[in-house]
Amino acid sequence: MSSVAENVNDARVVLEVSGLVKRFPIKGGLVRHEIGQVHAVEDVSFVVHEGETFSIVGESGCGKSTTGKCVLRLIEPTSGSVKLDGKEFTTLTGEDLTRERRKMTLIFQDPYSSLNPRMTVGDIIAEPIDIAGIYATREERDARVEQIMEEVGLDLAFKNRYPHEFSGGQRQRIGIARAIVMQPELVICDEPVSALDVSVQAKVINLLKQLQREMGLAYVFISHDLSVVKHISDTVMVMYLGHEMELASKEELFGNPLHPYTKALLDVIPRIRSERVQDKRILEGDVPSPTNPPSGCCFHTRCPFATDRCKSEVPAKHEVTPGHFCSCHLYDN
Amino acid sequence: MALLRSDAKDPKTQDAERVARAASEAAKKSRKSSESYWQVSWRIFRKNHVGVFCLGIVVLLVFVALFAGLIAPFDPDAIELTNRLQGPGGSHLLGTDELGRDILSRIIYGCRISLSVGVVSQAIALFIGFFAGVIAGYFGGKVDTVISFVIQVFSSFPFLLFAIVVMFVLGPGLVNLYVALGLLMWTTTARLVRGDVMRLKESEYIQSCVLSGGSSWRIITKHLLPNCVSTLIVTSTLGIPNAIMSEASLSFLGLGVQPPTSSWGAMISASQPYIQVNPTYSIATGVAIIITVMAFNLLGDALRDALDPKMRS
Repeated sequence: MSSVAENVNDARVVLEVSGLVKRFPIKGGLVRHEIGQVHAVEDVSFVVHEGETFSIVGESGCGKSTTGKCVLRLIEPTSGSVKLDGKEFTTLTGEDLTRERRKMTLIFQDPYSSLNPRMTVGDIIAEPIDIAGIYATREERDARVEQIMEEVGLDLAFKNRYPHEFSGGQRQRIGIARAIVMQPELVICDEPVSALDVSVQAKVINLLKQLQREMGLAYVFISHDLSVVKHISDTVMVMYLGHEMELASKEELFGNPLHPYTKALLDVIPRIRSERVQDKRILEGDVPSPTNPPSGCCFHTRCPFATDRCKSEVPAKHEVTPGHFCSCHLYDN
Repeated sequence: MALLRSDAKDPKTQDAERVARAASEAAKKSRKSSESYWQVSWRIFRKNHVGVFCLGIVVLLVFVALFAGLIAPFDPDAIELTNRLQGPGGSHLLGTDELGRDILSRIIYGCRISLSVGVVSQAIALFIGFFAGVIAGYFGGKVDTVISFVIQVFSSFPFLLFAIVVMFVLGPGLVNLYVALGLLMWTTTARLVRGDVMRLKESEYIQSCVLSGGSSWRIITKHLLPNCVSTLIVTSTLGIPNAIMSEASLSFLGLGVQPPTSSWGAMISASQPYIQVNPTYSIATGVAIIITVMAFNLLGDALRDALDPKMRS
């Protein structure tokens, strides 16, 4: 294991999620009773340390965004526990919830719909501090806004402009400025670069890394783009149909993937060199519906190594090597 | 000699001038790119000639209504029984009515009533409609079910019939007319605002405000209201002519403004028996209503085109 990961493991735990479950009811029929459930997140557990980037990867609809929103309680989790700084977060209400929630923020995927078109850039960035009422005078507040704008690389002249005048990358910087203005401990980045051009992606990723160094932020980085994940993460969790498939440090996961699903995902990263095309394992079929997930291991319908056991028994999460977890019957013993 | 030299354009000053010109151009451009939502809307609106023309008419009508006392050539209530039902021309430009009152002056004073009914009843409708719509759309659930049900009930009655019943209960009179029309017309605004809010509340900037601990009041006033303003402007501009028409209809039926106050609807009603003796009486009043209603309707259409972000490229 690399020294970075070791350092990370010694650091303070910021976020501890255990057994997180989210099921959305499907209502129908004459009296609108519950006729089914969407199994969005099924028993997900992980730990995020101070200054760590924890990535959640998976295909569209695998529950990675829902996991992020459940942590923030933008969506209330069905069950499970979320501990922020060692304190249970899921049971908080009212003022307590507001106060604790200020330690976490969210950076959104779409830089176009995440900024109010009728507010100036300065007001957008200042909104969290305005709500919290941190600064007594207008001057102090404006000074803080300007300081943050400089930190994220926005020209101070943009303060009184409106979001529609900016490009995607600049808008994302505004979103980042709004997210960090309250000095959070944990930032949940919900696909923050997938709506941007590749050249702009790099700039935004580097900005995120720089802010992490300067402010000691912990990131939960949600993405489907493995090359971005490889660049930014310390620890990576792979999700499929709401289930946790594999969790390991970045080096372990990319160097020694265990789960057949992870292997398949890594195989389809586009490469310049074409030697490996021969033994590429491309998954067949589609992701099953989360309203009616497969029995046993949820991946057995597409897994090349599936056995009868996989069809009936849900695999438990095993620590195969220290710090490398995998939910697969292949590594049971 | 030195003077001559400074007059002559040596290449250096030319360069300096060119750079200065380019810089000021760039400054102009950057100023242009930072124009606000309203500046952009105004630029689009200005290109619509019908809209600008109607805006002119509306401004003129407002002017006439405000300064009716100065513009009207006669006292609208001065009765001159020796001079009844005169045709147009002479000292009475549009003739006189059945009591010898100057028709033009009565139309000018009637403008005051019509516009005030339009504006005040729409203001009431806007206020009720916005809050009902926001509450229904934002809180959803049972509150939404109740408010939507009320909207359905209100809009399932024939409008004029409902207005007649309300006026009958409240009794005729100008203030009651404001209240009755306001109470009846809020449903359109409420329905549109509810739709807007249901769409907006899912937006990420509102989620971000929720995450920061923003109150519902803050979300409504800082995020929802500014994003509903264009809907509100358009519905009320299109609602004003409706209110004016309803006022005319109710006054025609004797349930609106009471004599001797001049109102366009009441005047058309009064002119009915004399349509053969003095056709100008009813025609002039009718034309006043048509111009007002059309100006507001076309202005509303033009505003919708200018304010709708989906029309922008």
